[in-house]
Amino acid sequence: MEKVYAAGIGQTPVGEHWDKSLSNLSSAAIQLALNNSATLHVDALYAGNMLASSASQQANLGTLIADNAGLTGVETFTAEAGEASGAAALRMGYIAVHSGLVRTALVVGVEKYTDAVGPEMAAETASGLDYDFEAMYGLTPEAQAGLLTARYLHTFNPPREALGAVSVLAHKNAVGNPKAMYRRAISPERYAAAGLPGDGLNMYDIAPYADGAAALLLTSDKKIAEATGGGLIELLASQSAVDALALHDRPDALAFSAVTASVHKALARARVEWAQVDLFELWDAFSIYGILSVEACGLAARGEGWRWLAEIDHSPAGDMPLVTMGGNKARGFPIGAAGVYQAVEAVVQLRGEAGENQVPGAKTALVQSMGGPASNVFTHIFARS
Amino acid sequence: MEIPRHWRLQKQRYALVGEECPHCSAKIFPARDVCPECGGEAKEPFRFSGRGSVYSYTVMNNAPAGFEKTLPYTIALVKLDEGPTVTAQLTDLNDEEVQIGMPVEMVTRRIKEDGDERGMLIYGYKFRPVMG
Repeated sequence: MEKVYAAGIGQTPVGEHWDKSLSNLSSAAIQLALNNSATLHVDALYAGNMLASSASQQANLGTLIADNAGLTGVETFTAEAGEASGAAALRMGYIAVHSGLVRTALVVGVEKYTDAVGPEMAAETASGLDYDFEAMYGLTPEAQAGLLTARYLHTFNPPREALGAVSVLAHKNAVGNPKAMYRRAISPERYAAAGLPGDGLNMYDIAPYADGAAALLLTSDKKIAEATGGGLIELLASQSAVDALALHDRPDALAFSAVTASVHKALARARVEWAQVDLFELWDAFSIYGILSVEACGLAARGEGWRWLAEIDHSPAGDMPLVTMGGNKARGFPIGAAGVYQAVEAVVQLRGEAGENQVPGAKTALVQSMGGPASNVFTHIFARS
Repeated sequence: MEIPRHWRLQKQRYALVGEECPHCSAKIFPARDVCPECGGEAKEPFRFSGRGSVYSYTVMNNAPAGFEKTLPYTIALVKLDEGPTVTAQLTDLNDEEVQIGMPVEMVTRRIKEDGDERGMLIYGYKFRPVMG
């Protein structure tokens, strides 16, 4: 079994890139990652993407990406796990390099949300749900978050405005991230006053879908990793777990049991405890997911997650920094690519390259990605040696 | 148009027909191949009473394709009396406020159109507040 090092990163700005295709975006991220690396040789490419087959009518995406980026001689396929597809591709890269079967793997997350518009796109972003028994009745990811939020409020009775803590933090941090989609801070008052678009959520509870591509080079070659600069960064653990796909099939919808399983396995594998984690890139596709996740991770008791998020300092210099580069909410949510953006952001932090968002002395980063409402959860732990 | 797929699921959708596990008597909806309680093979049809209560609900103002004409609609998690929970729209609310815990009963309604105006109409279960 080989150690797995991060040896090159690249990311395009997140936004509505009407003028760019899947090929344009992915090759831009790949070029940045290769230029950032001490190697140009890639053995395998793992693509993470959710919507290309439906929104862009493009299957076999890995092959398209490799071909367009001029990576001949590489082997490739696409990993798909709903919105966690990028994290699934990262897991695949880890398995390949850790096993010793692949020396250098390029993990690329890419999404072209703007290749389809309107209700059709809404149907496609709902394809991660149980089609026959959730989507068929008109349920969407946003509605799932609405159902969970309503049940949470009913069960635990937190102040409604307290649910916006991560959203407010995300917007503040995105000001310092040049790749972010929304670089303007919002106040807690603004969150509290935001109109409800229905669903019981306000617009700041919902991460905005967007386009983007991010790439991360993984290698077992320590010399290449060291030559890349920024210190030796190791991918210490990669663990994944699933729950029942449909929300209605879970004995306790608020439990997010796949988060618990995935994070415990990852911490055990990395021999790290929460006290040693310097930053947590949690999954803020919707405000309620961040709240349920911190409870499932054991950082707060059931029903107290909102309080832990609202009352502790989670800024880069705080007790447990979260969404340090803006998270899905303000950096933007490029769906299947998001998991790779999170990993790239963690590496930026560990290299000390995060500028005004730098977590001082960051050594260990935990990254968590979700397909659906914790239907499929991936936890990755990076550490600087 | 997904005709075979909808044809397969008619009984489940029109009449809330699921399964009863012959090994442990668990009631299962929707039908699955493996019993979620005991892991045994589950294939015996079981018709649910249609009675249940609202576990959670949310009002939708943005709809996916096929549902735009029915906006706004309320969608809920309904816990059936026999045990399983289903996702379904609430209907016949008139101006009644939905409460978590409120008793509801199943009715068969049109859910959506599959495809354009020549596409098939898809019917299935919705739930309405219990009368009286």
